[in-house]
Formats: sequence, C-alpha cells, structure tokens
Amino acid sequence: MLGPHHLQHLEELKKLYPTSQALVLPVLWMVQEQEGYISKESMRYVADLLSVPYGHVLGVVTFYTMFHQSPVGKHHIEVCTNVSCMLKGAANIVRHLESKLGIRIGETSKDGKWSLAEVECMGACGGAPMCAVGGEYHEHLTTQEIDRLLERLS
Amino acid sequence: MEPVILPNIKNLHTIEVYEAHGGYKALRKALGMKPEEVVEEVKKSNLRGRGGACFPTGLKWSFMPKKTDKPKYLCVNGDESEPGTFKDRQIFEFNPHLMIEGTLIACYAMGIKTAFIYIRGEYERWIRMVEKALMDARRRGYVGENILDSGFSTDIVVHKGAGAYICGEESALMNSIEGERGYPRVKPPFPAQYGLWGCPTTINNVETISNVPLIVSNGWEWYAKIGAPKHPGPILVGVSGHVKKPGVYEMPTGVSLLEIIYKYAGGVPDDKKIKAVIPGGSSTPILRGDQLEGVCMDADSMKAAGSAVGTAGLIVMDEDTDLIAVLARIAKFYHHESCGQCTPCREGTGWLEKILNRFVRGEGRKEDLDLLMDVANNIEGNTICALGDAAAWPVQSMLRRFRDEFERRVLSRPVEDLVA
Repeated sequence: MLGPHHLQHLEELKKLYPTSQALVLPVLWMVQEQEGYISKESMRYVADLLSVPYGHVLGVVTFYTMFHQSPVGKHHIEVCTNVSCMLKGAANIVRHLESKLGIRIGETSKDGKWSLAEVECMGACGGAPMCAVGGEYHEHLTTQEIDRLLERLS
Repeated sequence: MEPVILPNIKNLHTIEVYEAHGGYKALRKALGMKPEEVVEEVKKSNLRGRGGACFPTGLKWSFMPKKTDKPKYLCVNGDESEPGTFKDRQIFEFNPHLMIEGTLIACYAMGIKTAFIYIRGEYERWIRMVEKALMDARRRGYVGENILDSGFSTDIVVHKGAGAYICGEESALMNSIEGERGYPRVKPPFPAQYGLWGCPTTINNVETISNVPLIVSNGWEWYAKIGAPKHPGPILVGVSGHVKKPGVYEMPTGVSLLEIIYKYAGGVPDDKKIKAVIPGGSSTPILRGDQLEGVCMDADSMKAAGSAVGTAGLIVMDEDTDLIAVLARIAKFYHHESCGQCTPCREGTGWLEKILNRFVRGEGRKEDLDLLMDVANNIEGNTICALGDAAAWPVQSMLRRFRDEFERRVLSRPVEDLVA
C-alpha cells in the first residue's frame, strides 16, 4: 500500500530503531500522509508490514489524537480553545468559523471541502487566538483574518 | 543581560551563521575533555531542568551507569504541550543548532550513541526545520561516525509525536518512541536504570539541553552567576493572555513577575488590573494579581509564593476574567489528556470538569466547594505520573485563593426549583 518513496524511507528508519514496533508511529504517519486517514484496512497492513499484532496498531491509532480514523475535509481546520486562546476570544473564532462554513465542531462539509475540529493547546499561546489549517499555523486571528483565509482557500 | 539562547542574530538557524558566531566550538572543547569532566561542569553550573520539575541536570546525568553492556539513550523532550508553553518552538526555529550541539555534548558526557529528539506532531513545520539543521550538522561531521575525528560517534533521530499531552511525561515519551500508547510507567525503576527498551536513558527538555553548550563554552562559574543563585541561568519565559506584547522573552532567572508583565510584555491592555496569573503553564498553582509583589521567576521564590516555575509559561488574566470558566477549561484539558491508567485521575478529572461546569452555568451547590477539594486531594499523589497532580493543583489553588469567585456562583435556590 505504501508508495516506493515511503518504503525506501522505512528501510532507512529500520537502521535507526532496534525494534520494528518502534516504527509503528512513523509508518502510521506515512499512511496518513498518503491516504489522508488511517482505515482499519491500513491498520492491518501496518500490522503485517511491521509484524506487530493488529490490536496493537489499533490501540496506538486510537490513543493519539492526530491520527484520523475517517477522512477529514480537504481543508482541515483545527482551532485551539485552551486558556491562552480562550482569553483572547477563541470562542468568537469558533462561532465565526461555524457560521461561515455551515458546519459545527467535529463535522465535515457535505462536499468534503472543510472540516472543523477543536484542539488542545498547540503551543502558539503568544499568537492567540490561533488555528491550524492542514497543519499550517495561523496566529493572531480576527474574524476579518478568517474571512481572508477562507477566501484564499476557496 | 544579552540573550544567549535566542540571541538577536539574523539567520542563526543556518549552520554557516551558527558557526560564524562560535557554533560547535563548545562541542570541540567538550570532546577535548574527559566525559566525567563535562558532567562535573554541568553539575557545578547548577543548571536545573527547564521542562517543569527544575531537577538538577548534572545530577540527573550522573545517575547514568558508566559500565553497562547495554546501549544508552538520550531523549530530548520537545513535546511541549503544557498549555501556555511555546518556548521550545523558538529554539527549533531560531537556534536549532544550539540544541543539536547540546545534545551531542550530553551524549559524549554520558557515553550515549543514539539520541532521540521527540517533537510533538503538531510542530510539523518545526520538525522539518530541525531535520534540515540535523542534515547540515551531519554533513559537517558533527553528527554520525567519528565526530570531528575524536573517535566518538553518535546519531540523532527526530521522532514525531502524534497528539498526546501525556507524552511529555518522560516515561510516556519513551513508550511512545517504542511504538506504544503513551502510558507513563511506574517508577522505580527510573529511566537511568531502565529506560528505552530497558536500557539506561536520560530525558532532558529542549531548553535544558540548549543551555549545555553555553556552560561548556563559558565555564560553570560564568553560568552559575547568572540570575537566581540556586536556580541560575537564562530562562525563556512565554507570556500570553492579557498582555500588550505576548511572546517568548529570554531573561535571567529571578526576574519579578511584575517586571516580566510590565517591562517585557508591555503591561495589561487598557491598563486594567491583573486579577490572576498562572506562572508556569496551566498546571502550576494560580496566583492572585494583588499578591505578586516580590514574586520572581525562580524555583525558590515561586515555591515561597505557593506556586512553581513549571515551564515558565506565564498566563496573565485581567480584572474582567471569568476565572471559573478558565478553571473549567483547564479541567476539561486534563480530563481529555488523562491516559486512563489510574482510577483517581481517569475518574477524578472527569468529576472536576463536571462540577466546575455546574459553577460555570451558575448551578454550583454549596457542598460542591468541598467536593471539588475532596476530589482534587484524592487525585494528588495517588497516580503513576504527575498528570494527576497537574489536574489537582489548579483546582486546589483556585479554591484557596479565589473562594469568593466560587461562592458567587453558588446557586441560591435548590436545584429542584430550577428544574421546575
């Protein structure tokens, strides 16, 4: 399932870690990068590839919040609502995004273009409030800034 | 004091500029010393961990067995997930070679052949920056086999996390590198005896390790004189919340919180009063704004004030802040991040969140104040790792220092009336 580029990278990683189980996280990242999410089928593939039990892979995927078990939108927007962002108006940012996109936190738009998630502190407290789109950080957000951001992505 | 961790030098993140400003000279110097001399130097410097616990770094290093058949490992902790903390990210971005050089010196001092730099998955962009820096360092012969013809070899691997606050806890971090769920381990055995894959392991925070080249270059005497005598050195303080200029500021330890807020961070917008501050990341006990006089950013001063330096992530809240809502948000965080192994934490964090949300809705009951304290007290000290304590401290400190805030939210009528 993994492409040749990833498989080659995997061979390099094998030299750096003493066990194949240690490659579970790196390989899951490769799968998610390639497929966009990690299906049960992918988990079985990873289990076979690394000779670890399927249950172990499932356990890892369900523990870490960044691994998606179902597809997210083309533009996955994560909004931090933790203390520093909260103090700087994260609730307004969430409300504005929900109303602009017509979806609620945890939902994906019908056309699959947008998905919205509430996340814990992303380590950008000095740039609060913030969100990440496809992993890219956007700090010092205002509602106008969000409008511009959504327009760029549309 | 001029910044030394994050000096204002353009393009310092590139290896050329880093070398031009004396970069990797500390590594050369260390390689000319005996490993135990390097450990001794760090010990005498009084460097204490910058990840939250303020543990003496040299002492930690000295716990590593000298004679062992097993490989030894170093983990550099860049999980940086404590709310209010955003300092290590600055090192990844603006001075990654300082961290790499510190990692190499630490490896040499402890006889370690492999180091893992664990960086939280959300920091994808900064992971790429560190990987680029590592590649450049490898090309110049600083990382890999026979470093600078010294006969010493060590490799550095960047390990990407995948979204779990608990992986910043050192034993959970090791489990995560081993490809497990990030469950903290029971201690003892401590990592220096039984760490990664059962081998001797040391875990140091990114900022801690970045102090090492400065100590080796300038000598422990120089370092020990900076800032607070018992907790010396430069420290990165992240200021967020209600300040005019939020950001990461480098300063000597021991600067007063009021100076940090008013001089470094420009004061509170609209010149409002400070209601409260959380001095070192969300788990550290909250302090009243009217009791900040004389409280400084070092371990002793913070302890005397009834809080802790933690990660030096200072969150400022102005007079209009709804502290109960803030506390409920903190409780939600620890509930979400509890790994679920220990019952007091798994269940207790949920209780704290639920009860606090009653107060947020104005439906708190008088007996809930005691219940909150009771739940927090029963979590504290009764769990495998410190996440339980981290969840308990904000609640306990808020109840002690801002009891009036809760009392104001106690429902004046019985709940039955409300339902009716």
